[in-house]
Amino acid sequence: MTKETLEAPVREKRDRLVLRFAGDSGDGMQLTGNRFTNASAVIGNDLATFPDFPSEIRAPAGTLAGVSSFQVQIADWDILTPGDAPDILIAMNPAALKSNIDDLDPGGLLLVNGDAFVDRNLEKAGYTSNPLEDGSLDGYRTMVAPMEELTKLAVADTGVKGRATLRSKNFFALGLVSWIFNRPTQPVIDWVNDKFGPDSVIAKANIASLMAGYNFGITTEEFQHLYDIEPAKLDPGEYTNITGNQALAWGLIAGAQAANLPISYASYPITPASSILEELARHKNFGVRTLQVEDEIAAVGVAVGASFAGHLGMTGTSGPGLALKSETISLAFQVELPMVIIDVQRAGPSTGMPTKTEQADLLLAMYGRHGEAPLPIVAPATPAEAFSIAVEACRIAVTYMTPVIVLSDGYIANSSEPWRLPDLDELPAISHPFATADDSEFLPYSRDPETLARPWAIPGTAGLEHRIGGLEHADLTGNVSHDPLNHEHMTWLRAAKLDRIAAGIAPLEIDGPESGDLLVLGWGSTFAAIRAGTRNARREGYSVAHGHLRHIHPFAPNLATVFAGYEKVLVPELNSGQLAMMLRAKYLVDVISYPKIQGLPFKATEIRQKVIDTITGTGDSEAGQ
Amino acid sequence: MTDTRYERSDFQSDQEVRWCPGCGDYTILAAVQNFLASLDVDKEDHVFISGIGCASRFPYYVNTYGMHSIHGRAPAIATGVATANPDLTVWVVTGDGDALSIGGNHLIHAMRRNVNVKVLLFNNQIYGLTKGQYSPTSELGKRTKTSPMGSVDQPFNPVSLAIASEATFVARTIDMDRNHTTEMLQAAYEHNGAALIEIYQNCNVFNDKAFAQLTGREERDANRINLVPGRPIVFGANNEFAVILDTGGARVVATADVAAAAIHVHDPANPDPSAAFALSRLSHGPYGPTPVGVFRDVDRPSYEAMVKQQLVDAQAQKGPGDLSRLVRSVGTWTVD
Ligand SMILES: Cc1ncc(C[n+]2csc(CCOP(=O)(O)OP(=O)(O)O)c2C)c(N)n1
Ligand code: SF4
Ligand SMILES: [Mg+2]
Repeated sequence: MTKETLEAPVREKRDRLVLRFAGDSGDGMQLTGNRFTNASAVIGNDLATFPDFPSEIRAPAGTLAGVSSFQVQIADWDILTPGDAPDILIAMNPAALKSNIDDLDPGGLLLVNGDAFVDRNLEKAGYTSNPLEDGSLDGYRTMVAPMEELTKLAVADTGVKGRATLRSKNFFALGLVSWIFNRPTQPVIDWVNDKFGPDSVIAKANIASLMAGYNFGITTEEFQHLYDIEPAKLDPGEYTNITGNQALAWGLIAGAQAANLPISYASYPITPASSILEELARHKNFGVRTLQVEDEIAAVGVAVGASFAGHLGMTGTSGPGLALKSETISLAFQVELPMVIIDVQRAGPSTGMPTKTEQADLLLAMYGRHGEAPLPIVAPATPAEAFSIAVEACRIAVTYMTPVIVLSDGYIANSSEPWRLPDLDELPAISHPFATADDSEFLPYSRDPETLARPWAIPGTAGLEHRIGGLEHADLTGNVSHDPLNHEHMTWLRAAKLDRIAAGIAPLEIDGPESGDLLVLGWGSTFAAIRAGTRNARREGYSVAHGHLRHIHPFAPNLATVFAGYEKVLVPELNSGQLAMMLRAKYLVDVISYPKIQGLPFKATEIRQKVIDTITGTGDSEAGQ
Repeated sequence: MTDTRYERSDFQSDQEVRWCPGCGDYTILAAVQNFLASLDVDKEDHVFISGIGCASRFPYYVNTYGMHSIHGRAPAIATGVATANPDLTVWVVTGDGDALSIGGNHLIHAMRRNVNVKVLLFNNQIYGLTKGQYSPTSELGKRTKTSPMGSVDQPFNPVSLAIASEATFVARTIDMDRNHTTEMLQAAYEHNGAALIEIYQNCNVFNDKAFAQLTGREERDANRINLVPGRPIVFGANNEFAVILDTGGARVVATADVAAAAIHVHDPANPDPSAAFALSRLSHGPYGPTPVGVFRDVDRPSYEAMVKQQLVDAQAQKGPGDLSRLVRSVGTWTVD
């Protein structure tokens, strides 16, 4: 460290950078990453994030199992993904270094909390010698800061005591990184004051550490190489930074409001869906009733009851909960009540890897019910898009009087991106088929000729008293019927709603040529990686296009025509090939499945490589997975 | 009964009632329909939610709003109805298997939350609809098709279970006693919050005379204990038996053997559920001296009232929901 006046720092301009904050799960890496992201959003960078954390809340400190990380890509252009590999790794302890260093590109920047590299921690991480000293990091631009010691000094006057003194070391790191990447510290300070109260000891300690880190950067010779990233040239408009679960929750509120219906959202906590319930519970002033009930079966039961009573019943869960809800969803389907069911998928089966992402509940959503019970399924492609997908789910549910499944996943749920605020006045008005009494006999299973929706007669309406139930019922009257031909008729009638829904959805849009060597067809959170990967391949001259399904059931009606334009169709999915199976069954198209089942999203480079291999017929792409 | 707006026929649907001839369900249906007709409540404000079982066919026969749902889930579905619209009068009709086996979890949670639903638990101590398997209230040793050597399952006492689940209203009645059933319906209806009425219901096909000790001409006087609020608990043809509470439990004694002051005076409104629980333990099933009547009836705010209040409070604090403010609530920036 030098106290002398330093020369003006070098400023290097970059169009994009990928940072990864890694530390122990007790080190506050998610918070640090989120604050850095926020500060980047404020100065107008485009960004995409990828939080990755262990499923144990308190995995043993300092171990590899306890490492938590947060990756963010910031750019001066419209990027899509949080980046495949970091350019900068911030490692708060040896375990974080060990489990992340292999992802750092050679020549990458490594920022390390030197104080954590003591024998005990090295041992816990499985190091036999200290990597800061044994030359194993020679390929990287390594910078070591004594973050703990400096944090202790920084907070000395704030009133924190004992072990709490080290808690704010993540703010020290954040301050230092803010200096190196030229981010404003004020948004962080405002947030801290807002969160903890400006007079609280903890706010003072965090701010003191933040500024100590920042000033350490200013005054230390090795931190005089700075990076600038200009604001991105995003479409004009007002932006906010939003996670998928937040977007879903807001979208549900917007959708219900468009339909002029109150929300009853019932749920049982489960990762990664809990934050939807948490978010909705904060907005009771919108008339949102949130019920945390005894289990997932109760949750979907409450939703059915609420919808019967004229609310928009909703429930959210992850795969294990969707399995539990199955029987009741069939009831909702059979009685033809609107409902929105959210499945934020995670890696299964069973408890699987609850904090890791996967898309393996597709066939559960599609077929996981007894009897003939086809349901509409929609899936957001990005965190921000979860807003409009939630509105779309409400629209389908209410317009066609049917339960709708939204398939999100852990990656979308926790990741964030800038969201250009839509014109809320332009949200489609959703008309709901509330029945009113007249002189004619009320027929609870009569239908709107266009949508096939049955009338929604809510308790409390005089003259429309009627009974619905899970037993098969006669067309029109709804009276219990075991007539064989009626059952067949009703089965087709209920299924025919899907055709009506299909007729109302937009055609699938294609990015790239409308005909060519290869169509890459994806769904859900793989969007960003596929879009970036196919564009990169196209820039290199390959004839490849990308289509992304938002409606999984029914499919966009033009899908068959789209297929006809391409030599081959590649379907990347975070499962063993479930969409591929559906496409083969429906269209008899010999799609090539590209499965990945690691609890991790696709990387753009993986997609690009697969595209090239598939087009050129090299690699193992034709091997059939 | 004086002038009322409705007749029983107003609450009869056009569907043919399809229980076995002689089934206790018929008497309960008639009692409920007559009771509904006696109320000054608009027909369209009643909602009957049931699960699956013979008992659960009930809503099809009542000309109000109704849902015959799925096995065991009626309390959850009714919670959704009641919370969405607290102005409705929500009834749950369920069987012993429906309420206590597959739906046990929902039942106890509806009770503890004090959702304003009236649960009519038709306890015939058997699975009727599936043709005669033992149920969670069948007595130990019961021989059925699935327990040819006798059931080894300890049965539930539904009243004890409800009291232990923080229920604010718990009663028991008998299908054959129409007047008593009506009294219990009235008390449950007047109660604000969750109410459970265990109704001993005879299944004359698969478990006939299960309640004979309480209904048979010879036995009933010696076994039926009428719980009357404010009265000392005595029973028998000549009130020769009494109930006392001592050493933490309830006991039957000869009235002659105890001082009048020692006889327990029934108080369903006692906030402490211990006495009600002790009374529920006098019998385990309809065998020997068994209390009927209201065990517990205490005040506690209903679930949906509190849910609704939070909406009101939230609006008072934050103003009505404004979507355009919501989407800006975590900060925005503008790109020109
Ligand atoms: C999920 C599910 N499991 C099992 C059944 C079969 N089943 C229908 S009714 C019933 C038991 C009914 O007994 P109870 O609730 O006592 O009603 P009762 O027929 O005696 O009135 C069973 C096991 C079902 N319908 N659904
Ligand atoms: S089986 Fe028993 S409970 Fe069911 S209808 Fe017949 S008599 Fe009644
Ligand atoms: Mg039964």
